[in-house]
Amino acid sequence: MSNSIISIKDLNFGYGNHLLHKGIDMEFPRGKVSAIMGGSGSGKTTILRLIGGQIKPNSGQVEVDGTIVHKQNRDGIYRLRRKMGMLFQHGALFSDLSVFENVAFPMREHTDLPENIIKDLVLLKLNAVGLRGAAYLMPPELSGGMARRVALARAIALDPDIIMYDEPFAGLDPISMAVICDLIRSLNDALGATSIIVTHDVAETFSFADYIYFVADGVVAAEGSPKQLMASKLPFVKQFIHAEKDGPVPFHYNAPSIKEDLDL
Amino acid sequence: MKTLLNFFEKIGNAFSSRALRLGAATRLFILILIYSADSFKRIHLTIREIYFTGVMSLIIIIVSAFFVGMVLGLQGYYTLQKYGSSEAIGVLVALALVRELGPVVTALLFAGRAGTAITAEIGLMKATEQLSAMEMMAVSPIARIIAPRFWAGVITMPILASIFSMVGVLGGYVVAVPVIGVDEGAFWSQMQANVDFRFDIINGVIKSVVFGIACTIIALFEGFDAPPTAEGVSRATTRTVVTSSLAILALDFVLTSFMISG
Repeated sequence: MSNSIISIKDLNFGYGNHLLHKGIDMEFPRGKVSAIMGGSGSGKTTILRLIGGQIKPNSGQVEVDGTIVHKQNRDGIYRLRRKMGMLFQHGALFSDLSVFENVAFPMREHTDLPENIIKDLVLLKLNAVGLRGAAYLMPPELSGGMARRVALARAIALDPDIIMYDEPFAGLDPISMAVICDLIRSLNDALGATSIIVTHDVAETFSFADYIYFVADGVVAAEGSPKQLMASKLPFVKQFIHAEKDGPVPFHYNAPSIKEDLDL
Repeated sequence: MKTLLNFFEKIGNAFSSRALRLGAATRLFILILIYSADSFKRIHLTIREIYFTGVMSLIIIIVSAFFVGMVLGLQGYYTLQKYGSSEAIGVLVALALVRELGPVVTALLFAGRAGTAITAEIGLMKATEQLSAMEMMAVSPIARIIAPRFWAGVITMPILASIFSMVGVLGGYVVAVPVIGVDEGAFWSQMQANVDFRFDIINGVIKSVVFGIACTIIALFEGFDAPPTAEGVSRATTRTVVTSSLAILALDFVLTSFMISG
């Protein structure tokens, strides 16, 4: 792939002696929706945190828009983050601020826009996610799906070049899930942004993503378009896509033999 | 031999984890000072926190102070009358409150009321990824969340301690003068003559500022360092009360020693 806005090369990352990523290479082309899929604990969210500069790799590099993230000082990382918007798993809305103030937050922090312009922009962003009518509600008054949509409006408040989604479908009902799927695709295309989605929801992701990476055992186990991956014969991909109970990802966690444990 | 090694390993681990936490708390304190200028640009954040930590603590401070003052008045009178100096009750109440009880009891109440609220709030913000979200929006949580709460605590504590002492003196007056019948003129004049502004009142204010710094930094650090789980936040809140209370009492001894010897 060419024209990448994010490029990950030979990435190694781990906690203590446990390596989570063992030489990962990924490219995220401009204007596309890419997904990172894999089992729980496979280090998908950690890749987003590495892209955002919240943690540093043990070796290898993450390059965002031509800048190596972990070589930046705090100001450099903050400059990079202004090009990014991130949707957290449960929205991470500021609970002491109204929906309106949550969306206005990045504008107030990073721009000197007058109040009337901020008001118009916030209402437009909320309109884009269908929640203009909820502008003056407080976060505890929102359903899970609504909170996720408000967080999405906040993530796109400053029209970022990159939008990252951490498990955007977790815990949503089918209607909310379809709404979020549609919003991810349409906002990405309308803003001309690049989207990266971390998820393990196969059906939704395969319906709208342009390119998908499968992460397993610390490496990229498979990659390709949804069509290519659907036709893949790789055992891991087959097990994941068809939700098979046993396969390369074993049903049993590592343990001594049952005979040994039961003293038989 | 192995048991002995395990014993030393446990001691070493306990010591090193505490040393690391102390280092992390010191680092947070330095970061707060560095980011304070940023924080003061949005002074409304500090004012809002003064309301939550100070104004919302007023009821518990005023009620406690009144009862403490009344108890001091009673206990003081029954001790002083044995020596025929019951008119000195005003001095006793005022000195006890201004030098010791005002700053110390206010700080203990502050740790229990505002300190725990700060720890729980920041711990929950961490658990619900609000602090991470802020970081990802290129906004420093230290400047936006931590520093305003720190300065609010430091500004609030001496004001609350002064209110405590004032209401405590009134509590002592109510018991000593109208109830027991001590001469009103003696009560106030002895107090005016024997309470020194620099040695008693200023030293009390210095103590409450130091307690304010200690209590607030402990509450903020415990919240910021809490594991992002329900159990983690609950333990951090408990640690805030325990550590703050011990720190207040230890600091009180150290400060009193310096003040008396200096």
